[in-house]
Amino acid sequence: MCGIVGLFLKDKSLEPRLGSMLTDMLITMTDRGPDSAGIAIYGTDNDGITKLTIQSNNPEVDFDQLDKTLSRAANTQLSMRVKDTHAVLEVPDERVDEVRTALTELRPDVRVMSTGDIMEIYKEVGLPKDVAERFALTGMGGSHGIGHTRMATESAVTTMGAHPFSTGPDQCLVHNGSLSNHNNLRRKLKRDGMAFETDNDTEVAAAYLTHKMKNGCNLGEALESSLDDLDGFFTFVVGTKDGFGVVRDPIACKPAVMAETGQYVAFGSEYRALVNLPGIEQARVWEPEPATVYFWEH
Amino acid sequence: MQTIDMASTPLREVNSTLQAQKQDTNQKVWEIVNPRGSHAIACGLDGPIEVTVRGSTGYYSAGMNKQAHVHIVGSAGPGVAENMMSGTVVIDGDASQYAGATGNGGLLVIKGNASSRCGISMKGIDIVVHGNIGHMSAFMAQSGNLVVLGDAGDALGDSLYEARLFVRGKVRSLGADCIEKEMRPEHLEILADLLERAGADAKPVEFKRYGSARKLYNFNIDNASAY
Amino acid sequence: MKEMTKGGSGIPRTVPRKPDIFSDHVNAEIRRAAATGIYDIRGGGTKRKVPHLDDLLFLGASISRYPLEGYREKCETTVVLGTRFAKKPIKLDIPITIAGMSFGALSGPAKEALGRGATAAGTSTTTGDGGMTEEERGHSEKLVYQYLPSRYGMNPDDLRRCDAIEVVVGQGAKPGGGGMLLGQKISDRVAEMRNLPKGIDQRSACRHPDWTGPDDLEIKILELREITNWEKPIYVKVGGARPYFDTTLAVKAGADVVVLDGMQGGTAATQDVFIEHVGQPTLACIRPAVQALQDLDMHREVQLIVSGGIRSGADVAKVLALGADAVSIGTAALIALGDNDPRWEAEYNELGTTAGAYDDWHEGRDPAGITTQDPDLMARFDPIVGGRRLSNYLKVMTLEAQTIARACGKNHVHNLEPEDLCALTVEASAMSGVPLAGTSWVPGRDGVY
Repeated sequence: MCGIVGLFLKDKSLEPRLGSMLTDMLITMTDRGPDSAGIAIYGTDNDGITKLTIQSNNPEVDFDQLDKTLSRAANTQLSMRVKDTHAVLEVPDERVDEVRTALTELRPDVRVMSTGDIMEIYKEVGLPKDVAERFALTGMGGSHGIGHTRMATESAVTTMGAHPFSTGPDQCLVHNGSLSNHNNLRRKLKRDGMAFETDNDTEVAAAYLTHKMKNGCNLGEALESSLDDLDGFFTFVVGTKDGFGVVRDPIACKPAVMAETGQYVAFGSEYRALVNLPGIEQARVWEPEPATVYFWEH
Repeated sequence: MQTIDMASTPLREVNSTLQAQKQDTNQKVWEIVNPRGSHAIACGLDGPIEVTVRGSTGYYSAGMNKQAHVHIVGSAGPGVAENMMSGTVVIDGDASQYAGATGNGGLLVIKGNASSRCGISMKGIDIVVHGNIGHMSAFMAQSGNLVVLGDAGDALGDSLYEARLFVRGKVRSLGADCIEKEMRPEHLEILADLLERAGADAKPVEFKRYGSARKLYNFNIDNASAY
Repeated sequence: MKEMTKGGSGIPRTVPRKPDIFSDHVNAEIRRAAATGIYDIRGGGTKRKVPHLDDLLFLGASISRYPLEGYREKCETTVVLGTRFAKKPIKLDIPITIAGMSFGALSGPAKEALGRGATAAGTSTTTGDGGMTEEERGHSEKLVYQYLPSRYGMNPDDLRRCDAIEVVVGQGAKPGGGGMLLGQKISDRVAEMRNLPKGIDQRSACRHPDWTGPDDLEIKILELREITNWEKPIYVKVGGARPYFDTTLAVKAGADVVVLDGMQGGTAATQDVFIEHVGQPTLACIRPAVQALQDLDMHREVQLIVSGGIRSGADVAKVLALGADAVSIGTAALIALGDNDPRWEAEYNELGTTAGAYDDWHEGRDPAGITTQDPDLMARFDPIVGGRRLSNYLKVMTLEAQTIARACGKNHVHNLEPEDLCALTVEASAMSGVPLAGTSWVPGRDGVY
C-alpha cells in the first residue's frame, strides 16, 4: 500500500522546479509509505545520448573509476554522474548495448534501474525525505515526473522492491494497491523469458506491460489488456517519454486525485499531496474513472 | 466567530476545541482556515455549532457528526460525514469516495459531484448531490434517501435494502436487486422537502425512483447467479 | 464386521469399506446440498483435527532450571494493553480476555453473564456485530467495542464510552468473509437493532465501507483517535491469513494491539466451507506474528492477543511462551456458561444433534438459552450463575498457567519463552518454531511465512 504522486508541466518556466515540487508532494505522502521512496524524472534530452541509471549497494567500490573502465571496455565516450547509491551514465545511442554488456561483466552486482533518452530513476529504502536528500531531488529539473512512497504489503522492503519499476526505455510504473494473481502471472512471464528481481506484485505488473509492448501493443493497449489480465486492486501511474498515464481497476477502491491548471496536470493519492502546487485553489480537481486509461502528453 | 488556523494549530487542538462545544456553548460560530487537505477535520462533533472549513479537506471530514452544521468551502476527500448521526454537512465542491458512508441521520449536501460508493451502507442519512455520483453508490443501503440531480454511475443500489434512491439524470446501470419504482405522492413530498433543504434547483417530477426488488431478501436457488 | 461369504459358498468376501474421503459425513452433506441447493451454514470453528497447542509440551524445571514455590513466590499475570499511543491503556489482571461475540448471536443474559464473569476475574469483554448493549456496558468493567464492516449500531457515544476499540479486518473462522448467510433469517429484535427489514436473509459486507488497505486504515485509525481524544487503545483484529504481513501492516497502520484469530476460532454462523478450508491453524500464526513484531522492534510495545481454540491454562501458557501478550476465548467461554451441556441431551437429540456437536446457533433454538432470542429458552439461563461459572473458569485457567510458569521458573507469565517448549510432531515443530522433543531440530526454517 502506498502513495503516488505525478506532475506533468505545461508551463516550461516551471521546469527547473520540477524536482522540488515533486519532492514536496512525495514527502506529504510519507504516512502512506514510510518504507521506501522512488522517483522517475524526465529531464533534458541530449540528442544521440542514452541515459542509463544504475544502482549499487556498494557504490564506493562499484562506481570508482567506472566511467573510465566502461569507456575502455566498450570503446566509447561516456560520462557518469554519481548520486549516492545511483549513477547516471550518458552513452551515445549506438554504443548502449556494448556498455550494458561490459557493465554486466565488470560489475555483475550493479543493477540497471532505467534506460531512455531523458528518464532517470532513483529509488531507495528509507523515509521519503531522506531518500530525496540522498539523491538531491529538489535540485532536479524536467518536464514531468512520477514518484512513489511505499508501504510494503507482501514482499520485503528492499531497494529493488521500491517503485518505480522500469517497463521499457523512458517508461516506468508505480502502483498503489495489491494484486491477487501476480504469482501465476510471474511464472508465466518467466516462461516467456522475463526476469525478476523480487517477489513484488508491482514488478509483475511492470513486466506484464513490458512483455505486452514487446509483442506489439502500445502502452495504451497494454494498459487496457491489464484490466482483463491483472486481478486485484490497483491504481497505476505510468511515466512515458512524453507524459504520464493513469488507470484504476474496475472496483477502484484505491484513491486517485487529479488536478489541472494552465500550468500543469498533477496526480496524488490524496488531495493533501497537491495543496502546495501553484494555483491549486483554482485548479480543476477530479478523480479518474475506474477501468479507463488516461494519458497526458506533450 | 472563532477562527482556527490549521497552518499553526495541530489537528488535535482543532478537534478538541470543536468537540468541547456542547449543548450549552455560546461559541456557536467557527471558521477553520488553511485545512490544506488534512484528514479527520471536524470529526466527532456533538453540539449545535456552525463550522465553516475554508478550503479542501482530506479523508473523513465531519466523521460521526452529531448536531453540528459543517460547511466545506472546497472539496472533501473520501468518507466525508461517514456515520453521521444528525446535523448537516454541506460541501461546495466535490466529494470523493464513500461520501456519507453508513450515515445514520442528518443531511449531507454535495453541490459538485460525488465519487464512487456515495451513500454506501447508509442507515438513515439523507444525501442530496447536485451533480453526478460514481459507481457502486448506495451499495447495501439500508434506509434514508439519496437524491441525485445529475447522473449515476454503474451498479447503483447493488444489494439494496429499503433506502430510497431518486435520480434525475441517467443511471449507467443498476446493481443487483435494484429496480426502477413507481413515484407516488408521498415520494414527491419527500423529494420536495429534501430538494428545498438542500437548496437544489429541480422539480420532484423530473426524478425517477429506484428501490429494492426484494428478490434477494430470501434465498431462492433460482436467483443464485445474482450472488 | 463379520466376514461375509457369498451365497454360502464359503469363499470369503472383502469386508465392506467406506472411502476415507467419501465418509458418512461427506455423503450426507452432498445429499443435503442436492436437496436444498444452498450451502451449509453453521456456527463454531473448525471441527476437523489440525495441529494445535496440544502438540507442544513444556520442559519444566530441572537441575539447570529452578522452579518457584506456589503462593509465597509470586507469579504475576497482569498485562497492560494499548501502551503505544493510547492515553488510557487497559490494565488486565489476567492475560485472558473474552472475544467479540455479538448480541444477536448471544442473548442479553448471556452477554450479561460474560460481563459479570470477566469483571470478577479482572478482564475485558468485547462487543460483536450489532453494537454495544446496555447489559454488556453495565456489567463489563472493561469493554472492547468492535468496529466492523457492517457498522450496525455504530455511533460516537458508544465509541466514547468503551474502553478500547477493535477494528475488525477479519476473524479466524472466515478471513475475508462477510457473507451471504442465505436462508438464515434475522430475528425481529435483531432486525430492529440493525435497522433491517424483518425476516430477511443475513448479508454482511466483507470489506469496510470506507477504507481498503493499510494505507487507508492508517487514516481511519487517526479519525477514530480524534473522535475519542486519543484515549482508547485501538486493536486491529485479523484472521489467520498472512500473519507476518498482517501484523506488520497493522503496526504500520498505527495499531496499539494486534488480535490474531486462528481457524479454530468460532463464529456465530457462516458457510461450513469457509470455516473448514480458509485460514491457518492458530499454532501456525503465532510465531510469524511475533517475528513481525520483533523485526519492527515492536514486540511488547504493540501487544499481541491470540485467539482460536484456547481451552485451558496450558493453552494460555503455551501461547504466551511463543511470544503473545494475552489470549482471548470465545467458544470456551460459552461452554463455561453452559453451551452444549449434556443436561439438555434430550433436546439436542430432538434437534437432530447431540451435546458437544450442536452448532446451528443461528436457528435460535439453543436449549441452553445462550445463543437464542427466544424468551422461554433464555429464561433457562441465569446470568448471575453464568457469570460465576465464567469467572471460576477464568481463574482456573489463570492458576493453571501460573502453575506451569512457576514450574518453568518464571515470576511473570510473560517471561515464558519458546525455549521452555518442545514439540511432539514435525508439523507442530515447523509451525511453532519449537524443536522436536529430544532433538534440536526445527523443520521448515528457511521461510518464515
